[in-house]
Amino acid sequence: MSDLEQKNDSLLRLYLTFFKMGMVTFGGGYAMLPILEREVVEKYRWADKEKVLDYYAVSQGLPGIIAVNVAVFIGYHRKKVPGGIAAALGVVSPCILIITLIAACLQNFQNNPYVQHALGGISVCVCALIASTLLGLWKKSVKDVTGFVIFLVVAALSLLTEISPILIVIAAAIAGILIREVQRRRKA
Amino acid sequence: MIYLQLFWEFFKIGLFAVGGGMATIPFLEHLSESSGWYPLSFITDMIAISESTPGPIGINMATYVGYNVGGLPGGFIATLGVVVPSIAIVTIVSRYMEKFSGNRLMDNAFYGLRPAVIGLILVAGLTVVQTSFFHVYQLADFARLGEVLDWRKLVLFVLMFFAIRKFNKHPIFYIAVAAVIGIVFQF
Repeated sequence: MSDLEQKNDSLLRLYLTFFKMGMVTFGGGYAMLPILEREVVEKYRWADKEKVLDYYAVSQGLPGIIAVNVAVFIGYHRKKVPGGIAAALGVVSPCILIITLIAACLQNFQNNPYVQHALGGISVCVCALIASTLLGLWKKSVKDVTGFVIFLVVAALSLLTEISPILIVIAAAIAGILIREVQRRRKA
Repeated sequence: MIYLQLFWEFFKIGLFAVGGGMATIPFLEHLSESSGWYPLSFITDMIAISESTPGPIGINMATYVGYNVGGLPGGFIATLGVVVPSIAIVTIVSRYMEKFSGNRLMDNAFYGLRPAVIGLILVAGLTVVQTSFFHVYQLADFARLGEVLDWRKLVLFVLMFFAIRKFNKHPIFYIAVAAVIGIVFQF
Protein backbone atom coordinates (compact mmCIF):
# COMPACT_ATOMS: atom_id res chain seq x y z
CA MET A 1 0.00 0.00 0.00
CA SER A 2 1.44 3.38 -0.94
CA ASP A 3 1.64 6.24 1.53
CA LEU A 4 -1.14 8.09 -0.24
CA GLU A 5 -3.50 5.13 -0.11
CA GLN A 6 -2.74 4.62 3.54
CA LYS A 7 -3.45 8.23 4.26
CA ASN A 8 -6.76 7.99 2.45
CA ASP A 9 -7.76 5.04 4.52
CA SER A 10 -6.88 6.39 7.94
CA LEU A 11 -9.35 7.01 10.72
CA LEU A 12 -8.73 10.73 10.44
CA ARG A 13 -9.67 10.61 6.78
CA LEU A 14 -12.90 8.80 7.63
CA TYR A 15 -13.68 11.36 10.33
CA LEU A 16 -12.96 14.36 8.09
CA THR A 17 -14.87 12.97 5.11
CA PHE A 18 -17.97 12.37 7.19
CA PHE A 19 -17.51 15.74 8.89
CA LYS A 20 -17.70 17.34 5.44
CA MET A 21 -20.82 15.34 4.62
CA GLY A 22 -22.51 16.29 7.89
CA MET A 23 -21.81 19.92 7.13
CA VAL A 24 -23.50 20.02 3.74
CA THR A 25 -26.41 17.60 4.21
CA PHE A 26 -29.64 19.57 4.34
CA GLY A 27 -32.58 17.38 5.33
CA GLY A 28 -32.79 13.77 6.39
CA GLY A 29 -30.51 10.86 5.63
CA TYR A 30 -31.63 10.57 2.01
CA ALA A 31 -30.29 14.08 1.31
CA MET A 32 -26.81 12.74 2.14
CA LEU A 33 -26.90 10.15 -0.66
CA PRO A 34 -25.60 12.33 -3.53
CA ILE A 35 -22.59 13.61 -1.60
CA LEU A 36 -21.97 10.18 -0.11
CA GLU A 37 -21.76 8.74 -3.60
CA ARG A 38 -19.37 11.44 -4.65
CA GLU A 39 -17.01 11.06 -1.69
CA VAL A 40 -17.29 7.40 -0.74
CA VAL A 41 -17.88 5.79 -4.13
CA GLU A 42 -16.17 8.06 -6.66
CA LYS A 43 -13.42 9.83 -4.75
CA TYR A 44 -12.13 7.32 -2.20
CA ARG A 45 -13.65 4.11 -3.58
CA TRP A 46 -14.39 2.86 -0.08
CA ALA A 47 -17.46 1.02 -1.35
CA ASP A 48 -19.32 0.60 -4.64
CA LYS A 49 -22.75 2.01 -5.47
CA GLU A 50 -24.57 -1.21 -4.71
CA LYS A 51 -22.95 -1.56 -1.32
CA VAL A 52 -23.92 2.02 -0.39
CA LEU A 53 -27.48 1.34 -1.46
CA ASP A 54 -27.53 -1.88 0.58
CA TYR A 55 -26.38 0.07 3.62
CA TYR A 56 -29.20 2.56 3.05
CA ALA A 57 -31.73 -0.22 2.76
CA VAL A 58 -30.65 -1.87 6.00
CA SER A 59 -30.31 1.48 7.81
CA GLN A 60 -33.95 2.27 7.02
CA GLY A 61 -34.99 -0.78 8.96
CA LEU A 62 -32.68 -0.31 11.93
CA PRO A 63 -33.23 2.00 14.90
CA GLY A 64 -31.27 5.25 15.00
CA ILE A 65 -30.64 8.17 12.67
CA ILE A 66 -30.30 6.90 9.09
CA ALA A 67 -27.34 9.13 8.17
CA VAL A 68 -25.44 7.95 11.25
CA ASN A 69 -26.25 4.31 10.57
CA VAL A 70 -24.94 4.60 7.00
CA ALA A 71 -21.80 6.35 8.28
CA VAL A 72 -21.15 3.53 10.78
CA PHE A 73 -21.66 0.91 8.07
CA ILE A 74 -19.05 2.52 5.82
CA GLY A 75 -16.67 3.23 8.69
CA TYR A 76 -16.94 -0.36 9.93
CA HIS A 77 -16.49 -1.70 6.40
CA ARG A 78 -13.14 0.14 6.15
CA LYS A 79 -11.73 0.08 9.66
CA LYS A 80 -13.91 -2.13 11.85
CA VAL A 81 -15.19 -0.67 15.15
CA PRO A 82 -12.78 2.31 15.33
CA GLY A 83 -13.79 3.19 11.75
CA GLY A 84 -17.47 3.07 12.64
CA ILE A 85 -16.90 5.34 15.62
CA ALA A 86 -14.77 7.78 13.59
CA ALA A 87 -17.39 8.03 10.82
CA ALA A 88 -20.28 8.49 13.29
CA LEU A 89 -18.44 11.20 15.21
CA GLY A 90 -17.52 12.87 11.92
CA VAL A 91 -21.08 13.13 10.72
CA VAL A 92 -22.36 14.56 14.04
CA SER A 93 -19.50 16.97 14.83
CA PRO A 94 -20.63 19.78 12.51
CA CYS A 95 -24.14 19.56 13.97
CA ILE A 96 -22.81 19.99 17.47
CA LEU A 97 -20.76 23.02 16.41
CA ILE A 98 -23.45 24.70 14.30
CA ILE A 99 -26.44 24.07 16.57
CA THR A 100 -24.51 25.16 19.65
CA LEU A 101 -23.50 28.34 17.88
CA ILE A 102 -27.09 29.04 16.86
CA ALA A 103 -28.55 28.21 20.26
CA ALA A 104 -25.93 30.34 21.99
CA CYS A 105 -25.71 33.44 19.80
CA LEU A 106 -28.11 33.51 16.89
CA GLN A 107 -31.63 33.80 18.22
CA ASN A 108 -34.28 33.67 15.48
CA PHE A 109 -31.74 32.33 13.02
CA GLN A 110 -34.45 30.27 11.34
CA ASN A 111 -36.57 33.39 10.72
CA ASN A 112 -33.82 35.42 9.11
CA PRO A 113 -34.95 36.28 5.52
CA TYR A 114 -31.52 35.53 4.01
CA VAL A 115 -31.48 32.11 5.64
CA GLN A 116 -35.01 31.48 4.34
CA HIS A 117 -34.14 32.47 0.76
CA ALA A 118 -30.91 30.46 0.76
CA LEU A 119 -32.80 27.41 2.03
CA GLY A 120 -35.43 27.89 -0.68
CA GLY A 121 -32.68 27.54 -3.27
CA ILE A 122 -30.89 24.72 -1.45
CA SER A 123 -34.02 22.57 -1.16
CA VAL A 124 -34.52 22.75 -4.95
CA CYS A 125 -30.89 21.80 -5.43
CA VAL A 126 -31.18 18.84 -3.04
CA CYS A 127 -34.15 17.57 -5.09
CA ALA A 128 -32.15 17.83 -8.32
CA LEU A 129 -29.17 16.07 -6.75
CA ILE A 130 -31.34 13.23 -5.45
CA ALA A 131 -33.09 12.89 -8.82
CA SER A 132 -29.75 12.63 -10.58
CA THR A 133 -28.41 10.11 -8.05
CA LEU A 134 -31.53 7.96 -8.29
CA LEU A 135 -31.22 7.94 -12.07
CA GLY A 136 -27.66 6.68 -11.71
CA LEU A 137 -28.71 3.97 -9.24
CA TRP A 138 -31.71 2.86 -11.23
CA LYS A 139 -29.88 0.49 -13.58
CA LYS A 140 -27.99 -1.15 -10.77
CA SER A 141 -31.00 -1.77 -8.58
CA VAL A 142 -34.00 -2.25 -10.84
CA LYS A 143 -32.67 -5.00 -13.05
CA ASP A 144 -35.83 -6.65 -14.37
CA VAL A 145 -39.62 -6.49 -14.40
CA THR A 146 -39.88 -8.00 -10.91
CA GLY A 147 -37.58 -5.30 -9.55
CA PHE A 148 -39.66 -2.65 -11.28
CA VAL A 149 -42.85 -4.03 -9.71
CA ILE A 150 -41.24 -4.01 -6.25
CA PHE A 151 -40.18 -0.40 -6.85
CA LEU A 152 -43.69 0.64 -7.91
CA VAL A 153 -45.41 -1.12 -5.01
CA VAL A 154 -43.02 0.38 -2.45
CA ALA A 155 -43.31 3.89 -3.93
CA ALA A 156 -47.13 3.63 -3.93
CA LEU A 157 -47.31 2.26 -0.38
CA SER A 158 -44.95 4.87 0.95
CA LEU A 159 -46.68 7.72 -0.89
CA LEU A 160 -50.30 6.78 -0.25
CA THR A 161 -50.36 4.93 3.05
CA GLU A 162 -48.97 5.47 6.54
CA ILE A 163 -47.24 2.07 6.65
CA SER A 164 -43.92 2.39 8.45
CA PRO A 165 -40.78 2.18 6.29
CA ILE A 166 -39.48 -0.59 8.57
CA LEU A 167 -42.35 -2.87 7.59
CA ILE A 168 -41.89 -1.96 3.94
CA VAL A 169 -38.19 -2.78 4.08
CA ILE A 170 -38.80 -6.12 5.83
CA ALA A 171 -41.56 -7.03 3.37
CA ALA A 172 -39.33 -6.17 0.39
CA ALA A 173 -36.55 -8.42 1.72
CA ILE A 174 -38.98 -11.31 2.21
CA ALA A 175 -40.49 -10.69 -1.24
CA GLY A 176 -37.00 -10.80 -2.77
CA ILE A 177 -36.25 -14.14 -1.11
CA LEU A 178 -39.59 -15.71 -2.07
CA ILE A 179 -39.58 -14.49 -5.67
CA ARG A 180 -36.01 -15.63 -6.35
CA GLU A 181 -36.67 -18.97 -4.73
CA VAL A 182 -39.74 -19.57 -6.91
CA GLN A 183 -37.80 -18.50 -10.01
CA ARG A 184 -34.96 -20.87 -9.13
CA ARG A 185 -37.24 -23.85 -8.60
CA ARG A 186 -39.00 -23.24 -11.88
CA LYS A 187 -35.69 -23.31 -13.70
CA ALA A 188 -34.60 -26.50 -11.95
CA MET B 1 -26.91 14.19 37.65
CA ILE B 2 -28.33 15.97 34.63
CA TYR B 3 -25.70 14.74 32.14
CA LEU B 4 -26.23 11.11 32.97
CA GLN B 5 -29.97 11.62 32.63
CA LEU B 6 -29.52 13.38 29.27
CA PHE B 7 -27.33 10.59 27.99
CA TRP B 8 -29.79 7.93 29.12
CA GLU B 9 -32.86 9.66 27.64
CA PHE B 10 -31.20 10.18 24.26
CA PHE B 11 -29.67 6.73 24.33
CA LYS B 12 -33.23 5.38 24.56
CA ILE B 13 -34.30 7.55 21.61
CA GLY B 14 -31.36 6.28 19.54
CA LEU B 15 -32.25 2.73 20.48
CA PHE B 16 -35.96 2.85 19.76
CA ALA B 17 -36.61 5.55 17.13
CA VAL B 18 -36.75 3.62 13.87
CA GLY B 19 -37.07 5.46 10.57
CA GLY B 20 -34.75 8.45 10.85
CA GLY B 21 -34.84 11.91 12.35
CA MET B 22 -38.55 12.67 12.18
CA ALA B 23 -39.23 9.45 14.08
CA THR B 24 -37.60 11.06 17.12
CA ILE B 25 -40.34 13.72 17.45
CA PRO B 26 -42.87 11.58 19.39
CA PHE B 27 -40.06 10.62 21.76
CA LEU B 28 -39.13 14.26 22.26
CA GLU B 29 -42.75 15.11 23.02
CA HIS B 30 -42.84 12.39 25.62
CA LEU B 31 -39.54 13.57 27.08
CA SER B 32 -40.92 17.11 27.37
CA GLU B 33 -43.77 15.82 29.52
CA SER B 34 -41.80 13.38 31.62
CA SER B 35 -38.76 15.53 32.34
CA GLY B 36 -40.09 19.09 32.19
CA TRP B 37 -36.78 20.13 30.60
CA TYR B 38 -38.52 22.16 27.89
CA PRO B 39 -42.12 23.07 26.96
CA LEU B 40 -43.91 21.32 24.08
CA SER B 41 -43.87 24.57 22.07
CA PHE B 42 -40.08 24.34 22.07
CA ILE B 43 -40.29 21.34 19.73
CA THR B 44 -41.70 23.44 16.88
CA ASP B 45 -38.76 25.87 17.15
CA MET B 46 -36.42 22.94 17.24
CA ILE B 47 -37.82 21.45 14.04
CA ALA B 48 -37.55 24.83 12.28
CA ILE B 49 -33.92 25.21 13.35
CA SER B 50 -33.07 21.61 12.46
CA GLU B 51 -34.50 22.09 9.01
CA SER B 52 -32.63 25.32 8.41
CA THR B 53 -29.23 23.98 9.36
CA PRO B 54 -27.10 21.28 7.76
CA GLY B 55 -26.79 17.87 9.33
CA PRO B 56 -29.17 14.99 9.97
CA ILE B 57 -32.33 16.34 11.62
CA GLY B 58 -32.34 13.81 14.47
CA ILE B 59 -28.84 14.82 15.48
CA ASN B 60 -29.62 18.53 15.32
CA MET B 61 -32.55 18.02 17.63
CA ALA B 62 -30.48 16.06 20.15
CA THR B 63 -27.82 18.77 20.22
CA TYR B 64 -30.41 21.55 20.53
CA VAL B 65 -32.28 19.96 23.43
CA GLY B 66 -29.04 18.95 25.13
CA TYR B 67 -27.63 22.47 24.85
CA ASN B 68 -30.74 24.06 26.27
CA VAL B 69 -30.83 21.63 29.17
CA GLY B 70 -27.16 21.36 30.03
CA GLY B 71 -25.15 23.90 28.03
CA LEU B 72 -22.22 22.91 25.84
CA PRO B 73 -21.50 19.56 27.55
CA GLY B 74 -25.24 18.84 27.51
CA GLY B 75 -25.41 19.19 23.72
CA PHE B 76 -22.41 16.95 23.29
CA ILE B 77 -23.66 14.27 25.69
CA ALA B 78 -27.21 14.16 24.28
CA THR B 79 -25.81 13.76 20.75
CA LEU B 80 -23.47 11.04 21.92
CA GLY B 81 -26.43 9.31 23.55
CA VAL B 82 -28.31 9.12 20.24
CA VAL B 83 -25.26 7.88 18.35
CA VAL B 84 -24.00 5.12 20.68
CA PRO B 85 -26.87 2.66 20.00
CA SER B 86 -26.35 3.17 16.22
CA ILE B 87 -22.69 2.29 16.52
CA ALA B 88 -23.46 -0.86 18.52
CA ILE B 89 -26.36 -2.06 16.38
CA VAL B 90 -24.76 -1.35 13.00
CA THR B 91 -21.52 -3.02 14.10
CA ILE B 92 -23.40 -6.20 14.99
CA VAL B 93 -25.44 -6.13 11.76
CA SER B 94 -22.29 -5.42 9.71
CA ARG B 95 -20.60 -8.51 11.13
CA TYR B 96 -23.50 -10.68 10.07
CA MET B 97 -23.71 -9.05 6.66
CA GLU B 98 -20.05 -9.75 6.02
CA LYS B 99 -20.31 -13.26 7.37
CA PHE B 100 -23.24 -14.11 5.14
CA SER B 101 -22.15 -12.17 2.09
CA GLY B 102 -22.51 -14.42 -0.94
CA ASN B 103 -25.17 -16.43 0.87
CA ARG B 104 -28.12 -17.07 -1.47
CA LEU B 105 -30.78 -16.04 1.04
CA MET B 106 -29.01 -12.77 1.75
CA ASP B 107 -28.42 -11.96 -1.94
CA ASN B 108 -32.09 -12.61 -2.65
CA ALA B 109 -33.15 -10.36 0.23
CA PHE B 110 -31.09 -7.55 -1.30
CA TYR B 111 -32.58 -8.30 -4.70
CA GLY B 112 -35.88 -7.16 -3.14
CA LEU B 113 -34.37 -4.42 -0.96
CA ARG B 114 -32.57 -2.43 -3.66
CA PRO B 115 -35.61 -1.44 -5.75
CA ALA B 116 -37.51 -0.88 -2.48
CA VAL B 117 -35.00 1.63 -1.16
CA ILE B 118 -35.04 3.47 -4.50
CA GLY B 119 -38.81 3.77 -4.07
CA LEU B 120 -38.46 5.03 -0.49
CA ILE B 121 -35.84 7.64 -1.41
CA LEU B 122 -37.93 8.78 -4.38
CA VAL B 123 -40.94 9.37 -2.14
CA ALA B 124 -38.77 11.18 0.42
CA GLY B 125 -37.58 13.43 -2.43
CA LEU B 126 -41.16 14.00 -3.61
CA THR B 127 -42.11 15.16 -0.13
CA VAL B 128 -39.41 17.83 -0.36
CA VAL B 129 -40.70 18.79 -3.82
CA GLN B 130 -44.23 19.08 -2.46
CA THR B 131 -43.29 21.39 0.40
CA SER B 132 -40.77 23.47 -1.51
CA PHE B 133 -42.20 23.83 -5.05
CA PHE B 134 -45.84 24.24 -4.12
CA HIS B 135 -47.50 26.49 -1.64
CA VAL B 136 -49.00 23.53 0.15
CA TYR B 137 -51.71 25.35 2.02
CA GLN B 138 -53.40 26.00 -1.33
CA LEU B 139 -52.86 22.56 -2.78
CA ALA B 140 -56.48 21.52 -2.21
CA ASP B 141 -57.33 23.86 -5.06
CA PHE B 142 -55.93 21.84 -7.92
CA ALA B 143 -57.71 23.83 -10.62
CA ARG B 144 -55.32 26.69 -9.92
CA LEU B 145 -52.21 24.52 -10.20
CA GLY B 146 -50.48 27.26 -12.16
CA GLU B 147 -50.78 29.63 -9.23
CA VAL B 148 -49.77 27.25 -6.48
CA LEU B 149 -46.70 26.01 -8.30
CA ASP B 150 -43.57 28.07 -7.81
CA TRP B 151 -42.39 28.34 -11.43
CA ARG B 152 -39.02 29.87 -10.57
CA LYS B 153 -38.18 26.84 -8.49
CA LEU B 154 -39.22 24.49 -11.26
CA VAL B 155 -36.94 26.34 -13.69
CA LEU B 156 -34.06 26.19 -11.20
CA PHE B 157 -34.71 22.47 -10.71
CA VAL B 158 -34.53 21.74 -14.44
CA LEU B 159 -31.39 23.88 -14.87
CA MET B 160 -29.75 22.28 -11.85
CA PHE B 161 -30.63 18.77 -12.97
CA PHE B 162 -29.06 19.22 -16.40
CA ALA B 163 -26.02 20.98 -14.95
CA ILE B 164 -25.49 18.08 -12.54
CA ARG B 165 -25.79 15.50 -15.33
CA LYS B 166 -23.53 17.42 -17.70
CA PHE B 167 -20.72 18.83 -15.56
CA ASN B 168 -20.33 16.30 -12.76
CA LYS B 169 -19.07 18.86 -10.25
CA HIS B 170 -19.04 18.22 -6.51
CA PRO B 171 -22.53 18.38 -4.91
CA ILE B 172 -21.24 21.08 -2.53
CA PHE B 173 -20.70 23.34 -5.54
CA TYR B 174 -24.33 23.05 -6.65
CA ILE B 175 -25.62 23.55 -3.09
CA ALA B 176 -23.57 26.76 -2.75
CA VAL B 177 -24.75 28.08 -6.14
CA ALA B 178 -28.37 27.29 -5.24
CA ALA B 179 -28.05 29.13 -1.91
CA VAL B 180 -26.74 32.24 -3.71
CA ILE B 181 -29.48 32.04 -6.35
CA GLY B 182 -32.05 31.66 -3.56
CA ILE B 183 -30.81 34.82 -1.86
CA VAL B 184 -30.46 36.89 -5.06
CA PHE B 185 -33.87 35.96 -6.45
CA GLN B 186 -35.57 35.87 -3.03
CA PHE B 187 -36.85 32.29 -3.14
